[in-house]
Amino acid sequence: MEQVQFLGPGMDPVSENRPHPVPSGESLHWLTLGEVSHGGQQCFLVSALWAPGMKAGPPQPAGSLPLALAPLSTFSKRPLSTAVLEALSAEESSKARNLENRLEIDGFPPSPLVVKDFIVLRGLCSPALGRPGQLLNGHTNNWAVLVCTSRFWFNYRHVANTLSVYRSVKRLGIPDSHIVLMLADDMACNPRNPKPATVFSHKNMELNVYGDDVEVDYRSYEVTVENFLRVLTGRVPPSTPRSKRLLSDDRSNILIYMTGHGGNGFLKFQDSEEITNVELADAFEQMWQKRRYHEMLFIIDTCQGASMYERFYSPNVMALASSQVGEDSLSHQPDLAIGVHLMDRYTFYVLEFLEEIHPASQANMNDLFQVCPKSLCVSTPGHRTDLFQRNPQNVLITDFFGSVRKVEITTERVALKPDPSSLGYSHLKCQKDEELTEPLNYAEQLPVAQIIHQKPKQKEWHPPGGFILGLWALILMVFFKTYGIKHMKYVF
Amino acid sequence: MAAPLVLHLLLALLLGSGGRSGAEPERDSLREELVLTPLPSGDVSATFQFRTRWDSELQLEGVSHYRLFPKVLGQLISKYSVQELHLSLTQGFWRTRFWGQPFLQAPAGAELWVWFQDSVVDVDKSWKELSNILSGIFCASLNFIDSTNTVTPTASFKPLGLANGTNHHFLRYAVLPREVVCTENLTPWKKLLPCSSKAGLSVLLKAERLFHTSYHSQAVHIRPVCRDAHCVSVSWELRQTLTVVFDAFTTGQGKKDWSLFRMFSRTITEACPLASQSHIYVDISRNSQENETLEVSPPPTSTYQAVVLGDRRTYAVYDLLNPATFSGSRSLNLQLRWKQFQDIGSQLVPFLHAQRYVSGYGLQKGELSTVLHNTHPYRAFPVLLLETVPWYLRLYVHTLAITTKGKENKPSYIHYQPAQDRLRPHLLEMLIQLPANSVTKVSIQFERALLKWTEYTPDPNHGFYVSPSVLSALVPNLVGAKPANWEESPLFSTMFPVSDSSSYFVRLYTEPLLVNLPTPDFSMPYNVICLTCTVVAVCYGSFYNLLTRTFHLEEPKRSRLVRIAVKNK
Repeated sequence: MEQVQFLGPGMDPVSENRPHPVPSGESLHWLTLGEVSHGGQQCFLVSALWAPGMKAGPPQPAGSLPLALAPLSTFSKRPLSTAVLEALSAEESSKARNLENRLEIDGFPPSPLVVKDFIVLRGLCSPALGRPGQLLNGHTNNWAVLVCTSRFWFNYRHVANTLSVYRSVKRLGIPDSHIVLMLADDMACNPRNPKPATVFSHKNMELNVYGDDVEVDYRSYEVTVENFLRVLTGRVPPSTPRSKRLLSDDRSNILIYMTGHGGNGFLKFQDSEEITNVELADAFEQMWQKRRYHEMLFIIDTCQGASMYERFYSPNVMALASSQVGEDSLSHQPDLAIGVHLMDRYTFYVLEFLEEIHPASQANMNDLFQVCPKSLCVSTPGHRTDLFQRNPQNVLITDFFGSVRKVEITTERVALKPDPSSLGYSHLKCQKDEELTEPLNYAEQLPVAQIIHQKPKQKEWHPPGGFILGLWALILMVFFKTYGIKHMKYVF
Repeated sequence: MAAPLVLHLLLALLLGSGGRSGAEPERDSLREELVLTPLPSGDVSATFQFRTRWDSELQLEGVSHYRLFPKVLGQLISKYSVQELHLSLTQGFWRTRFWGQPFLQAPAGAELWVWFQDSVVDVDKSWKELSNILSGIFCASLNFIDSTNTVTPTASFKPLGLANGTNHHFLRYAVLPREVVCTENLTPWKKLLPCSSKAGLSVLLKAERLFHTSYHSQAVHIRPVCRDAHCVSVSWELRQTLTVVFDAFTTGQGKKDWSLFRMFSRTITEACPLASQSHIYVDISRNSQENETLEVSPPPTSTYQAVVLGDRRTYAVYDLLNPATFSGSRSLNLQLRWKQFQDIGSQLVPFLHAQRYVSGYGLQKGELSTVLHNTHPYRAFPVLLLETVPWYLRLYVHTLAITTKGKENKPSYIHYQPAQDRLRPHLLEMLIQLPANSVTKVSIQFERALLKWTEYTPDPNHGFYVSPSVLSALVPNLVGAKPANWEESPLFSTMFPVSDSSSYFVRLYTEPLLVNLPTPDFSMPYNVICLTCTVVAVCYGSFYNLLTRTFHLEEPKRSRLVRIAVKNK
């Protein structure tokens, strides 16, 4: 089953993430409707055709639309960025909307009408005219998932590892809303920490990586394999807040950093469960199929770290590890006051390298590969680039650790009209004020009498109070009515 | 009817075109306040309160313009039809016995209680979603609030704001005693403040200092309050409070003197420009008239006397909006110096305080005990006790014993809701009359349940927390109090609505308990697998050998003649 995302006009591609399955053996066909100039921007319109029984391969005429078809595999390398559905003609968007409605009502698979119809998925706009190539290869947003999987105080260094990467990506411009930070234990406010609310990465307490404005999204018991995979694949419960989701799209560059205790082919979470390299590779593949990333940089600092990336098979993933299979990753920076090691060697030198990077620096991935030679690391750091499309020499560090934000400056003036809703609202409020004539009261905090006489809810039916008494009175009345008062002597 | 409507519309149009800020007074206001109280034990407690009041109907749809009130909370209130919301995140324990009554205590960990409006149909669903959203806003694990730790109290936790009816069906209450509180919770809390941590009193909120304390509690309270004295319309109040207790005695090398800079490593240079009131109060009640025991510098511009928590207190007041406060130097560094050493033992013990402990030995049974002290010499008062016990401690209700001075004390109201495994906790509510000068012990025995293998936390040997008992009480005043005007009086005295002058309402929490549950040997399955595999391998191997091999009997050598004879036989 392929997971395919259908989007109607006006739908947010990420929050309304409702994948509809396409039956396996049948394929979805994508086509470019053409280029449209919209608002001074060059836009490509892309639509999808899906027909039951239609196979990928030579183009087939579909309905009355003489358009060339492209199989899914070629499409997925194509850019998808901003939905510009206003550029569509009204007829097309209403068609798409109808179709979307029917998909919802009838469920899937839809009726064969779909063959003749088409669904407009998204339009693509290049941000600047004349530079479409930039968009085709680039990314439009950056995300970071930083995970520390170790619990307990003696694993202080793993929290410091994660926080030092957090500090670097935040310094280079990725906002907190685009960082999912998972810390398996609270080191900063741990009772054993002699300096509360700090986590140091250098001995003699030189660099506090915890900072004064940290935002931890998943902490302590929330850091589980299940939650980690849910964040990656986006299959979170509906009421999950935005800060706990990875709301990336197919134009996102994602940095995934993990640290903890691991072995050959697995990484332990909280000393109670573990994730294997196969599970991780499958999660990345699912992300790729759901178009949740454009390029991914995976860094792991754990013993035998290279075993974690050797099973990856999804495209556009670059991976780094602190040690080869069979090697241990070693700790660094023991501090006598705190009493534990503050960092792991690999991340220590990565942090040292990243501290030199600024948002405009031209350092590339090859520099990152050289960061920790064996003489410093003791272990042999590894990297894997065969899945990655670009030459690491052309990949800037800031492609993953920094952030891009497309800002368009307009010189047009925008005239703000008075908000009609606020007028109506104030009018409503006046009405409300008039209605309330009864003064409101504060509740009594401990109404003793009320609590004592509070009637407990009774499940079974009980005869009302006085019922038994009344029954006796009735019997007596009937008795006296029958025998009279003078016949009492018969009773006694 | 039509004429005033048209008039209103016209007025609104005129105001809209003429510029809202000039013609109409702002509908929201901010007051900030810091109360510094030297505690009897030598510690110093600092209570920050930031109150944003909004004269608007939040429940109505279409409120889109937010000025001081945080939009994220405003939307929450209208989306989930919240009547009242109280969330606190606390580290440490307020030691009432030594520190006196707090303005507002909170239990260790996270506490959330919400009153929903009576228009809410599915309260449990709204509650679940609301706690999820709050966990995202405050970076806390509030998403662990589910039916196993949520209760609906029947008598405690009455609404603190305006409420015409109190149907407890719309109340939900949950405590997460395990929740840690650190900088990541303070950051979003500070972001809700109109001045963030850029100006005003919030400049002092530096994580490194605030968490280096014996007690840290931050809270958010949202409730509807009266707009004016007539109280015919509703305003919304967001009260952000933060209480810390500094151990001034140990950090100050044995001296109890303190200053703002020593506590917060910051001084105050200005008030928050958006605030309509910005005050610092320093409790100088222990400065008796005849001999001066303490000295505050710079000298206060005014003092404030009131009956707070049943006792007459005197506060030195510093108005930050008054430029005279900063006249001497550009920054305000409050200092307090003790002139005479005061005996700690002579301090007055608060009228109500409580402890809680777990007793018993072994991993099968135990006993939960709550000890309530009434130290008032001649007055009895009622206390409403609420206990929430998780389902994995199975309470024996017949062992519930309430004893005062050796005699049984019969509660005048008792409500018990038994637990259901993996569904809901025990809830026990009792209204107990505490006689004067007495100690009351409430005890109940329990049995520890065995959890399923996957239900244990990753660190099961740490133990499991039991949330603290909650005491709601009307404690008698030491001196008679007059009901004060809410808007005029300082924020710290207007947390609970006052109903009568002879007593004041207080809500206290006891310590959370840590109970060990019988934990299995988690490596046992592996051991079993290893052992069984060995046994199976040995048995199977020998059996397989027996089945597949052919065994030949080695015959003893005989003479050829005998062999032929045997063959022919």
